[in-house]
Amino acid sequence: MADFRESFPVRRGGGAPPFDVRGVVALALVALVVAGLARGVYTVGPESVGVVQRFGRYVGTVGPGLRFKLPFGIDTVTILPVKRQLKMEFGFGSPGPSNPDQVSVEQDRESDIVTGDLNAAHVEWVVQYEVADPEAYLFNMREPGPTLRDLSESVMREVVGDRTVDEVLTIGRQGIETDAIAKLTALVTQLTMGLRVQQVQLKNVHPPAPVQRSFDEVNRAQQEREQMINQANGEYNKVVPRASGEAERQLRDAEGYALKRVNEAEGDVARFRALFEQYDKAPEVTRQRLYLETMAEVLPKLGGKIILDEDARQFLPLMNLPAPRPQPPKEVR
Amino acid sequence: MSPLPINHPLVEWPRRIADRLLSPLGGIAAAVLGVLVFGSAFTVDQREQVVLTQFGRPIGEPINSNTTTTDGAGLHFKLPFVQQANRFEKRILEWDGPPSEMTTRDKLYVVVDTFARWRIVDPLVYFQSLRDERSAMSRIDDIIGSETRNVVARHDLIELVRSDRERKPEQDATLTEASATVGTLAPIRFGRKELEREIVAAAAPKMGIWGIELLDVRVKRLNYKEGVIEKIYDRMISERMQIAERFRSEGAGEAAKIEGRREKDLQRIRSDAYRTVQEIKGTADAKASEVYARAYASSPAAAGFYAFLQTLDTYRKTLGGDATVVLTTDSDFFRLLKRIEPANTSAP
Repeated sequence: MADFRESFPVRRGGGAPPFDVRGVVALALVALVVAGLARGVYTVGPESVGVVQRFGRYVGTVGPGLRFKLPFGIDTVTILPVKRQLKMEFGFGSPGPSNPDQVSVEQDRESDIVTGDLNAAHVEWVVQYEVADPEAYLFNMREPGPTLRDLSESVMREVVGDRTVDEVLTIGRQGIETDAIAKLTALVTQLTMGLRVQQVQLKNVHPPAPVQRSFDEVNRAQQEREQMINQANGEYNKVVPRASGEAERQLRDAEGYALKRVNEAEGDVARFRALFEQYDKAPEVTRQRLYLETMAEVLPKLGGKIILDEDARQFLPLMNLPAPRPQPPKEVR
Repeated sequence: MSPLPINHPLVEWPRRIADRLLSPLGGIAAAVLGVLVFGSAFTVDQREQVVLTQFGRPIGEPINSNTTTTDGAGLHFKLPFVQQANRFEKRILEWDGPPSEMTTRDKLYVVVDTFARWRIVDPLVYFQSLRDERSAMSRIDDIIGSETRNVVARHDLIELVRSDRERKPEQDATLTEASATVGTLAPIRFGRKELEREIVAAAAPKMGIWGIELLDVRVKRLNYKEGVIEKIYDRMISERMQIAERFRSEGAGEAAKIEGRREKDLQRIRSDAYRTVQEIKGTADAKASEVYARAYASSPAAAGFYAFLQTLDTYRKTLGGDATVVLTTDSDFFRLLKRIEPANTSAP
């Protein structure tokens, strides 16, 4: 405007202007248009989309590539990285978070959850999500990120609050994840937040630190129980099969004895029969022979032999019978 | 300054526009246009709603305040200078309450942290009664805070913890055997969702008069207060210790059972073996006896002969170096010492 007022009298004067005001204004206009056009050019990255608003009103979403918009604030474009996997961590925080909602400042308070049997558990989990509907994401809710954080916490507490501490710590983990993702998805859909929850994963889940030891104690006792049973079974296995084997051996021994006994008896009998057959032919002679044979066998081995006449009946009372060893008196008449 | 190269055909159009701008009429027109554009036209974003005021007094209907559409967004005009566009959020807003201590009906001290979602449905009323969001937030703090306190005080803690009345917990059989209370959920009548609905029902009308719609209130966190938590921990510890003791006792009992079975099995095996052995031996002995008896008792002569043989055999076995025999000359053996002719007697 200053130019305009100054240049007016110059032109009126009819003389040659000190410089061409029209040209300067024209150039400025050209520069303005060129700059505007240049500023209207923008690129949408391969993982993003551009949400275009004309005078504040949504007119469309454009995909990746080199794009043009109307300049001078007519069109505004918001670039949203929709293909990026986003993650929220609860109860812990990885270093170098990739989005501002990933980690909270009060991790300790996030992770302490009251369970349905009024115990407490320390639960850490992760929610994976992405922007599914850029328009809804941008226009329906002011703080979709923090809201999703709060919803996740609320849902996790609701799910854990309906479970016993043992379900949370051991047997029910899978159920918690599926339940939580279903509830969270329902809420996000109901609020048309433009997000898609892909995963809810439980990470570290453990009892509160002060009671951790008593939970360990239960595990230890469980191990001890198994060990005691195993030990007893070991003792059993050590002696019982052995006793069975021994019983088997005794049985075999007895059977051997039985065979031997019967065989011997039959052998004896066979021998007797053979002998008796001969004996029957000449009893007297055989008897005598056998008698004498036996005597011949027995007598030499005897310690002392005393032969008395059949009439010497008084001899016996005089004998020192108990001590035959030291050279017993041999009296032969 | 040297003249600029402005004779190129490309600068012909800008030059004409410049001509117009530099002419008195054109200049005035441009100025008017500029004032109109920058003082009168304004954009209403999809995300906002606008109340026009003239010297602080609201004028006309709010723009883009329909909650179901965003048709009001776009370019709008107002009187320059005298009218002002007051912009308000159209999106769903979040209220994140501070954690606050409360007492449940069963006299337990807990810290409850709630959050809520709300939106401005009547920007005119909102603008007139609250002016801005900061004062709105502080009012919401007060209302939801006190309603939450009221609802919590009317219910037992478990109603705030649990939600699903029907849910049956999965149970770890090894643990539930050890204690009747482990693995069970305390029964509820309402549940957290019901309580949240009660809070909304109580708070929403109070906020409605400010043009605010309260969409929901949810419990974000619920924790035991310091002092209460120790008792909870003590209970958890004693419960676990009881389970541990149970396991140990079970182990000892189970081991004793196995020990007993071992003793029993050993006795059974050994006595069974003994019995069978005796049976086998007895049968064999009987068989042998029978065999002997059949042979030896076949005739009196055989019996006599057997007795004779046995006697001889006995001599052989019993008479040894430690025996002294006194034989008389009338014995069969030494008979001949007395006389040579055979005696008529026979048999020992």
